[in-house]
Amino acid sequence: METTHHNDSQNGQGMSRRSFFKRMAAGSVAVASAAAVNRVQGAPLPQIAKMADGQLQGQMTYRTTPTTGDKVSLLGYGCMRWPTLRGDRNGEYDQETINQLVDYAIEHGVNYFDSSPVYCRGLSEKITGIALSRHPRNKYFIATKLSNASRAYWSREASMKMYHDSFVNFQTDYIDYYLLHSVGGGSGIREFEQRYVDNGMLDFLLEERKAGRIRNLGFSFHGQVEVFDHLLSLQDKYHWDFVQIQLNYQDWRHAQETSRRNINAEYLYNELHKRNIPAVIMEPLLGGRLSRVPDFVAGKFKQREPEMSVASWAFRFAGSPEGVLTVLSGMTYMEHLQDNIKTYSPLQPLSQEERDFLESQVLLMLRYPTIPCNECDYCMPCPYGLDIPAIFHHYNQCLNEDRIPASSQDKNYRKARREFLIGYDRSVPALRQADHCIGCRHCVSHCPQNINIPAQMQRINKFVEDLKQGREF
Amino acid sequence: MLRKIRITLACVCFVLLTLLFLDFTGTLHHYLGWMAKIQFLPAVLALNIGVILLLVVLTLLFGRTYCSVICPLGVMQDVFARIGKKQKKNRYTWSPAKTILRWTVWGIFVLAVILGIGSVVALLDPYAAYGRIAQNLLSPLWRWGNNLMALIAERAGSYAFYSTDVYLKNLPTFIIAALTLTVLAVLAWRNGRTYCNTVCPVGTTLGFLSRFSWMRPVIDKEKCISCKLCEKNCKASCIHIDEQSIDYSRCVVCMDCIDKCPKQAISYAPHRRSKAAPAAVQEVTAATATEDSATAKSGKEGMDRREFLTLTAALTGAAALEAQTKTVDGGLAAIQDKKAPKRQTPIVPPGAFGIRHLSKHCTGCQLCVSACPNHVLRPSTDLQHLMQPVSSYEKGYCRPECTRCSEVCPTGAIRPISRAEKSSVQIGHAVWVKENCIPLANGDTCGHCATVCPVGAITMVRHESGVMVPAVNDFHCIGCGACENLCPARPFPAIYVEGHEMHKTL
Repeated sequence: METTHHNDSQNGQGMSRRSFFKRMAAGSVAVASAAAVNRVQGAPLPQIAKMADGQLQGQMTYRTTPTTGDKVSLLGYGCMRWPTLRGDRNGEYDQETINQLVDYAIEHGVNYFDSSPVYCRGLSEKITGIALSRHPRNKYFIATKLSNASRAYWSREASMKMYHDSFVNFQTDYIDYYLLHSVGGGSGIREFEQRYVDNGMLDFLLEERKAGRIRNLGFSFHGQVEVFDHLLSLQDKYHWDFVQIQLNYQDWRHAQETSRRNINAEYLYNELHKRNIPAVIMEPLLGGRLSRVPDFVAGKFKQREPEMSVASWAFRFAGSPEGVLTVLSGMTYMEHLQDNIKTYSPLQPLSQEERDFLESQVLLMLRYPTIPCNECDYCMPCPYGLDIPAIFHHYNQCLNEDRIPASSQDKNYRKARREFLIGYDRSVPALRQADHCIGCRHCVSHCPQNINIPAQMQRINKFVEDLKQGREF
Repeated sequence: MLRKIRITLACVCFVLLTLLFLDFTGTLHHYLGWMAKIQFLPAVLALNIGVILLLVVLTLLFGRTYCSVICPLGVMQDVFARIGKKQKKNRYTWSPAKTILRWTVWGIFVLAVILGIGSVVALLDPYAAYGRIAQNLLSPLWRWGNNLMALIAERAGSYAFYSTDVYLKNLPTFIIAALTLTVLAVLAWRNGRTYCNTVCPVGTTLGFLSRFSWMRPVIDKEKCISCKLCEKNCKASCIHIDEQSIDYSRCVVCMDCIDKCPKQAISYAPHRRSKAAPAAVQEVTAATATEDSATAKSGKEGMDRREFLTLTAALTGAAALEAQTKTVDGGLAAIQDKKAPKRQTPIVPPGAFGIRHLSKHCTGCQLCVSACPNHVLRPSTDLQHLMQPVSSYEKGYCRPECTRCSEVCPTGAIRPISRAEKSSVQIGHAVWVKENCIPLANGDTCGHCATVCPVGAITMVRHESGVMVPAVNDFHCIGCGACENLCPARPFPAIYVEGHEMHKTL
C-alpha cells in the first residue's frame, strides 16, 4: 500500500502533539483490536469493514503537514451542515446530536474540524466549540476562517472582531488552521486586497502566526484563477501553510461544466503540489451530487464495489493524491460519518484503471446536466424569501431520477408533469418558489459554484410555466 | 317502493352535487357540472330554456319531484327531518297554507331578480344556500381530510394527493351559511319542509305548477279510516284528513304517506278530473328582463387610496432593506403576507362581461369560488353584491391556462370562455404605486412585473432618479394580476389591478 507511510502514526518525533497521537492511535487500535489482526499489510479491507458500519475496521489514514508536522486525519469534518432538531434548515440546531457526532468522529480518529463564522446562520463556531471543548484541546485541530465576504466586515475593526470572536466561540487560545475565506470571488485581486490587504488584516494574521496563535495560515479558493495564481506567486512573502480547494472527480477535468469561471481541480492541485503546499479538499461530493448520481451510474459503482457506497468513490478519489492533507465533508447524519470513516480507515487509493472508469462516468453524467448547486446555503437568506437551494434540489432530483419530461410529446408527459408540480409544492412553499425571483442578483456573488442563480431561476420557472400552462415544448 | 326510489335518487343527486362543490382538483366538473346546471334558478338565470321546460314538464307530470330529489337543500332538510322523526314519531300535523307569506316572498324575489339585487336573490335561492353551506362548512373538512391523505401520500412517495390551502374566504358569507344551516336544521327537525313551503321562491313557483300535476298522491275515501298516520308523517304538513284533502301546492311527493298508510288508502295515481295542461305557463322567464337599473357608481371615497398605500410604503422599504444585509449563511427570510389594496372598482373574472352582468345572474352559490384553483375568487363583502364572486390577487392570480369558473358557473353569470378568448379580455388594468416600488425603495434592480406579465403589457423605463421602473400599457393589460401577485413589495404591492365595470375584448 502506497499510503502506509502516511498511516504510520506511531512514528513520533518527540513533539507533544505526537504523544497525543500515540495515545489516540492506541485507543483506536484498541477499539478495532478484535478485527485489527486482519489489517496486515495489503489485506483487503472490505471483509473487515462490512462487519459493522464504521465500528470495527482498520485505522484512519493520516497525512502530515510539512510545516507543523501535524498528523491530520484524511477525513475532515465540515461544520457547515449541522443537523437541526426537526430536520429543517431554518430550525434550532440539535446540540445533543452534534455532540454525539463529534464524539464519534474523534473516537474514530477524525481530528480536523472546519468551521467559519458565517456557517449555520452564524452559529457553527459556537456549536462546534461546545461539542469540541468537551474533549482535550490536543485531540483536535480547529480550522476556521476570516469570512468577511460581506462589505460590512471589510473594515479592520469588523474583521478583527470576527477573528477574536472565533477564539471565544471555540473556547481556545490558538487556532490550528486559519483561512482567508473564499478568495477569488467578486472583483478578483482587487477585492482580495480590499478584504485582506488594505485593512492590514493579512499583515496582522502573519504576526499572529509568528506569535503562535495561528499555527497554520492559508486560504480557501473559489472563482478566478488570476487570484489563485497571484496568491501562489507571493508564496515567498506569505508562506501559505495550506490551501483549500474544490476537488472531486468531476471538477478534476470538467470544472467548466459547472461554471465557465471554475478552474479544473487538476490544475489547482498540481500548482499546490509542486510548491509542496498541502491541499485541503472541499466539495469532494460536489455538495452531495456525486452521491446522488443517476441510477445508471450508481449501478456500475455497485457492480464494481457492491459493499461500498456511491459516495465512497468520490472520497477515495479526493483522498488519493498524496498532497491532499484532509478531505472535508459536511456530515449531517451519523450514517454519512460512519460511511466516510469506513472509506478512509484506511484509504484504498484509486488505481489508474479506476480513475479512468470515473472519468468515463463523468462524461456520461455531463450529458444529463443538473444545476451545480451544492446546497451550501451561502446564497441564503434570499432577501425576497426564495428557498434557492430547495428549488435547485427539487429540479436536480427530478433530473437525476429521470422524471423531467424532455418534451410535451413524451409518453410519460402527464405523469411526469403531475409529479414535478406536486413535488415542487411539497419541497418548496409557494411563496419561496422560482417565480418570486426578481433578479436582484444579491445571491450571485455569494455562490461559490458561480451559478447564475437568477438565470437558472428564470429557466426553471419557464419550465414550470410550460408545465402549468400545458405549452408545447 | 316509490318512496325507496325517491330516496335512492335523492341520495345520488345530493352526494354528486355535494362532491361537485367539494372537489377542488377540477376533475369532477367535467362529469358532474350538469348537476348544478339542472337546478331551477340557475337555469332560469342562464336562460336555459331546455332545462326550464324539462323541469316545468316534470312538475306538471309528477308534482314537485324536483323539491324532493334534485334540490340539494330540500334533500338536506329531509335528512334533518329523518333525525327528528327518529327522536319523536308521528311529530307533524296539518297546518294551513301560508299563502300570503309565500307570495310576498316570491314577489320580493322576482323583483330582486329583475332589479339585479344580487344579495337578495343569493339569500333566497335554495341551491345557492346549499352551495354556501357546502363551500363554507363542508369543504374545509373535505380539504383537511385531503391534506391528511396528501401527507400520507408524501410519506409514501405517492403523487395521488396534493395538499391545498384551507382558509376562511369571507366571514359574512361563512356566518350566513352557518346561520342558514342552523335555522334550516332546526325547522326541518321540528316541522319538516317549513322553509320550502313558506320562503323558498322555487318551491312557490313549482307549487303553483304542481297543483295541476298529472300524477299525485290521492286519498281513497272508501279505504281511509282517518287514523291520521299520513297527516302525522307529512313533512310538508299538507294532508288534511279532517277534510280528506291534500294541498298539492305544498306536497313534495315524498311518498312517505303512501308507505305509512296501514290501509293502502293513499296511492300515487293520475289525476281524474284532468284539466288540460294549463296553457299559460307561469312566465318565469320574466326574470331575464334586463332593464337598466342605475347601479349608482359609488363616488370617490374621502380617503385617498394613494395616501393609504404610501403610508405603508416606508415600512415595506425598510423591511426589504433590512433583509438584505446578508452577513451569515443560510436561513430563510421572513415573508409578510400580501394584503389586498383598496380597489375603486372590484374585479370580476373574465366571462362575466362586467359587474352588472355578473350581479344580475349570480346566485352566490360559491361553485366558482370552490373551483378556483388559484385562490383568486372569493365572496364579495359589498352589501349589494354580497356573496357574489369577486377577484383579488393576494394569494394567486388569474392564470392564463385556467377557465374553470366559467366552466362551472350554472347561472351564466360567468359565461364559458376559451383560453384564447380569455387572453384578450380586459377585466381591469394595472396601476403603478411609485412609493412601494422596490428599485426606488431600496435600489435593487427589479422589473419582475414586466417579466411575469403574460401579455407583455409592462415595459421598464428609466425613472428620473436613474433606476428602471415599470410602465403599464393600458391597452394591452388584461388585468390578470400576475404583476400584483408576484410583485416583491409587501404587504402592499407596488403594482395592482383596478377593475373595470365593463369588460372589453381587445
